[in-house]
Amino acid sequence: MLLVTLLTKRKIETFGGSNRMSNDIELRVEHLSKFFPVRQGLLATFFSKEKLYVHAVNDISFYVKKKNIFVLAGESGCGKTTTGRLVLRLLEPTAGKIYFRDKEITSLPKEEMRKLRPKMQMIFQDPYESLNPRMHIRDIVSEPLVVNHLVQGKSEIEARVVDALESVGLTPPENFIDRFPHELSGGQRQRVAVARALITEPEFVVADEPVSMLDASIRSSILNLMLELRDKKNLTYLFITHDLAVASYIGDYIAIMYLGKIVEIGDIEKVMTNPQHPYTKALIAAVPEPDPTIKKERIPLKGEPPSPIKLPKGCIFSGRCPFAFERCNNEEPTMIKVEEDHYAACFLLEK
Amino acid sequence: MENGVVKAVDDVSFKIPTGKVVGLAGESGSGKTTIAMSIMRLLPSNGKIVDGEIILDDEIDLTKVDERYMREKIRWKKIAIIFQGAMNALNPVLNVGDQIVEAILAHENVSREEEWQRTKQLFEEVGLDPDRIRHYPHEFSGGMRQRVMIAMALACNPSLVIADEPTTALDVTIQAEIIDLLLDLQKAYNLSVLLISHDLSVMAQMSHHIAILYGGKLMEYGDAVSIFKKPRHPYTQGLISSLPSVSRTKKERKLVAIPGSPPDLLNPPAGCPFNPRCPIAKDICYKEMPTLEKVDGSYVACHFVDETKDRNIWRE
Repeated sequence: MLLVTLLTKRKIETFGGSNRMSNDIELRVEHLSKFFPVRQGLLATFFSKEKLYVHAVNDISFYVKKKNIFVLAGESGCGKTTTGRLVLRLLEPTAGKIYFRDKEITSLPKEEMRKLRPKMQMIFQDPYESLNPRMHIRDIVSEPLVVNHLVQGKSEIEARVVDALESVGLTPPENFIDRFPHELSGGQRQRVAVARALITEPEFVVADEPVSMLDASIRSSILNLMLELRDKKNLTYLFITHDLAVASYIGDYIAIMYLGKIVEIGDIEKVMTNPQHPYTKALIAAVPEPDPTIKKERIPLKGEPPSPIKLPKGCIFSGRCPFAFERCNNEEPTMIKVEEDHYAACFLLEK
Repeated sequence: MENGVVKAVDDVSFKIPTGKVVGLAGESGSGKTTIAMSIMRLLPSNGKIVDGEIILDDEIDLTKVDERYMREKIRWKKIAIIFQGAMNALNPVLNVGDQIVEAILAHENVSREEEWQRTKQLFEEVGLDPDRIRHYPHEFSGGMRQRVMIAMALACNPSLVIADEPTTALDVTIQAEIIDLLLDLQKAYNLSVLLISHDLSVMAQMSHHIAILYGGKLMEYGDAVSIFKKPRHPYTQGLISSLPSVSRTKKERKLVAIPGSPPDLLNPPAGCPFNPRCPIAKDICYKEMPTLEKVDGSYVACHFVDETKDRNIWRE
């Protein structure tokens, strides 16, 4: 039994990066799953034998190195947002373990977890909805300090808020501190959301589609800000996005998710320039290029993603895969090493 | 609330050549959708076309005709529109076949039998299973609903199709399918298309010509390759250089971020609307809106267009 766990652990440590000392790793996720029960009608609860579940996240493993930006990418319903929430324990996992540094946090009692929260923060997608419209920017940004009892006294809070606003480029801070969210533009609001996440001086930040609601010229300023803050404050990000062009710009590592599973993972340059899983290939081929002289060869997929309730047998992608053969319908592929720092779960790689 | 007049679109002129795709690009609030709604004469009741002409087929000025004429002769028959968010544009309590037939019925004198035949044929052309013609909108996925919208737009053989953010909110693999479908149909029917999108990468893949709007004004107009390869307006240069791409993985180049925010249209800046964010703005830019001048292959509205030749002002 001991041997088995050791082996799995070693296998997992090769995902998402080369073998490094474990103190180089900020976050490790092992066999993480989250199933949501499906509400069924009264009759069904009496007569159906099995309970139904949405398999939002289904046995995924990866790790994030310190000071890296790890991108979780995929289309809607692939489980990327659920993963982000599980990692911060905003949702409780159905199975699996999450390590923040050397601490296993899945079994941590609430009180212990609360002490850890200032170190792990989140930036949400929509700055129009994530900021309370009735609160001043001062109160929005300082709230994490207050609820976590990290500071005493108004003057210290004020100083920390001013610092945080300055660090996200909302200068001079006195022009913003007494305003309400509706007085700010979309880009400024997202800067406020970043300031709020950073005020507790976190080391790890989950950013869930932080730029997808923003216009192009504003989007790049938030991406550049996040990169700059990573360097200045030694942050590690789990960056969730559906946009592979944004991912390519910001990420160091990437995991491509489909129907709750990771189908390909590795160094972002290797994955984007040498994709191996048919789904990754199709996804990259579908991203429009900002260049009218480039016409990409598409990889057409069959149909639409299947239901996450009744998962297909074998490889989850087999029903839509243009290259599927018999084995794919019966057996589930495991991660296969493509090259250093690059893995994909596809039987084609065995050939 | 503040009161005032928002000049959503101000003195914008462009042509859509027959059989070409013209893209209207701009960020939120730039006036893209207002232009589309003006052409369809579907502006909300507090909106008004105060000046200008919209000429269809070199003969009819759509700003001069009455509502009845628009309804009976123009909408759907001559100009059709594909809205963004196919979820909200379809009636949830009618099956999709009925909705398309209704659109045809309102405009053409044909028998019901013929209409259902035509609808089935349209379904096939947009890649939907004709057997699903009696299905309701909720039974289709987002991508399929957008195909239904496209079928409906083509129902009365229009010559101009306005596609307002046709792929926004779709997953990228579905978006690629819809882009390809629209381009195939455009070629097959020699349609003229006015494509509206905030996504310049989609625009690059679909448009022959592109108009760049900012603060309700036309900043630059030209063929797609010139706009992307040799943009001349400072705003266009910044916008194009702010776009990430999957084929540029490593951070060899920082994306350009245009400082500041889009203008408040209730209190627009005097002169050129881009002046507060423009790195080369000088005195005259704060006083006078430049006119659109022909520069090489494109039309550019900038007082200092000579300074943008062969250089990107954001990259130094």
